[in-house]
Amino acid sequence: MRIAVASGKGGTGKTTVAASLAWVWDAPVVAADLDVEEPNLHLFLRPRITGRRTATLEVPEADESLCTACGACAELCQFKAISLLGEVLLTFPEMCHGCGGCLAVCPAGALSAGRRELGEVIWGAAGEIGFVMGRLRVGEAMSPPLMRAVHRRLEEMLARRPADVIVDAPPGVSCPALAAVAGADLILMITEPTPFGLYDLRLAHQAFSSLGVPLAVVVNRAGLGERGVYEFCREEGLPILAEIPYHRRLAETYCQGRPVAAAGGEVQGWFQELARRARELAAGEQEEAAHA
Amino acid sequence: MPEAREVLVISGKGGTGKTSLTAAFAHLAGDAVVCDLDVDAPDLHLLLAPRPWRTEDFYSGHEAVIDPAACSGCGTCAQMCRYDAVVVQDDVFRVEPLACEGCKVCVEFCPEGAIAFPERHCGRWYLSQSRFGPMVHAQLFAGAENSGRLVTLLRQQARQLAQEQGRELILCDGTPGIGCPVISSLSGVDLAVVVTEPTPSGRHDLERVVELCRHFRVPAAVMVNKFDLSQEHTRGIEHFCAAQGLELVARLPFDPVVVEAMVAGRTVTEQAPHSALAQEVVRAWGRICELARLRRAA
Repeated sequence: MRIAVASGKGGTGKTTVAASLAWVWDAPVVAADLDVEEPNLHLFLRPRITGRRTATLEVPEADESLCTACGACAELCQFKAISLLGEVLLTFPEMCHGCGGCLAVCPAGALSAGRRELGEVIWGAAGEIGFVMGRLRVGEAMSPPLMRAVHRRLEEMLARRPADVIVDAPPGVSCPALAAVAGADLILMITEPTPFGLYDLRLAHQAFSSLGVPLAVVVNRAGLGERGVYEFCREEGLPILAEIPYHRRLAETYCQGRPVAAAGGEVQGWFQELARRARELAAGEQEEAAHA
Repeated sequence: MPEAREVLVISGKGGTGKTSLTAAFAHLAGDAVVCDLDVDAPDLHLLLAPRPWRTEDFYSGHEAVIDPAACSGCGTCAQMCRYDAVVVQDDVFRVEPLACEGCKVCVEFCPEGAIAFPERHCGRWYLSQSRFGPMVHAQLFAGAENSGRLVTLLRQQARQLAQEQGRELILCDGTPGIGCPVISSLSGVDLAVVVTEPTPSGRHDLERVVELCRHFRVPAAVMVNKFDLSQEHTRGIEHFCAAQGLELVARLPFDPVVVEAMVAGRTVTEQAPHSALAQEVVRAWGRICELARLRRAA
């Protein structure tokens, strides 16, 4: 089963929840950090790293001696990554989306596959918790291709050792966030009871409800702000699986770089309850999918 | 009329207080063109109450659409698509819009010419009058590609407004992360103000976003929000800034007034002008203006 932890607004506590859920999960589990622009999950799970690989994107390399300057590649490219200036072919590898169209369309075989470095895929384990993350190279603009590489590594890990998956998604509701939650059996939307939290929860609800996956909410920093988030959840029939109050001890545990569930006591209890309810909802989805 | 100076507030990590601070700066500046570059999950309008006087649709790129009547089911599109965007259901080929990158490869190579390639309607953008002057903002549709093109468009509109209205400052609220939209918002700004918090994530993301500023040769200054949450991490951030030659323009205390102001739809400098927090914001804003001016003069 796969649980995706997401949110419209940044900084609502996605990583806090993902780390703590993994920490209390009572079955084999892999924690996957798909927020490749700013990955933080490793700061709290502190995994022992056992492997890493550089992820690359296929970009065109031109052989001028073979190019007939027909312009077919430049005409096809939708990303301004290749253009013909008079008789000279220019490539802009940093603009390339790696679609392979120019290589396929070139009648002269003047283009070959080069590589652009996207970043790194890194994996390991934190005790019993499997771990995988992507880290975008600073200066690289595109995160979706690196996210696909993280997904591929995740599938390899699951093929070797079947496990549940907890995904830490990037903030927002544009294509990287949707790519991260794709294939989940449950999407947990983390929010806070403030006007910003509510506005971005509405956006997330709009974006994710089209995926046909059960959605649920975790309210972080409960006790702050106002009731709007609760009213919205009631109106939309969104179950609130946990409320995490703002609490000095939690903030301190977080600052120490530990899953807040590790603070023990009632905090650990909240996350165990959250895990139980999340598992129930996700299992319901899996059953329905099996019957469909 | 010299070109307006442009100050961008970013953070790497989300939720460090970018938008609350940008709103307070807009209040203090009084006559800036304000621009919300977080087109994915924008929140600045909740504090500035903009009334749009111009609304435009935003189109970016194209998407492939297979005509099932013309499709022969040869599977060329599915073989050639690098994004696994072509799905087959009951022998019917269909392009999944969320996965389609708009690269046109399937359109080009379909032997039946069965794939259309319409423009993609990605969102809307607005020119508005806010409580503190002109505002440029947008809303991408859910799941749309945040390619940075909309960010670039908003910045062009803001510069044009500043020029037309003789305003000297453009104040931009950025987006979390370090990818496309952030890169598009950074190029050529006079000063990036990086808001961080004293936590392991805040520190980690600060380092990456500072490296990005350096990569694009944009001068940066740093603000630590909720500095009293962890003296240890605040000291770490101070050392990092000193080692990098970055000016730390403010240490803002944790104060529930930030949320109270948000609930009231106001800025912290309106809600509690005499609080220690608001006074530190006022001081920081003075310094940011000096730095942005100095940078332009240099």
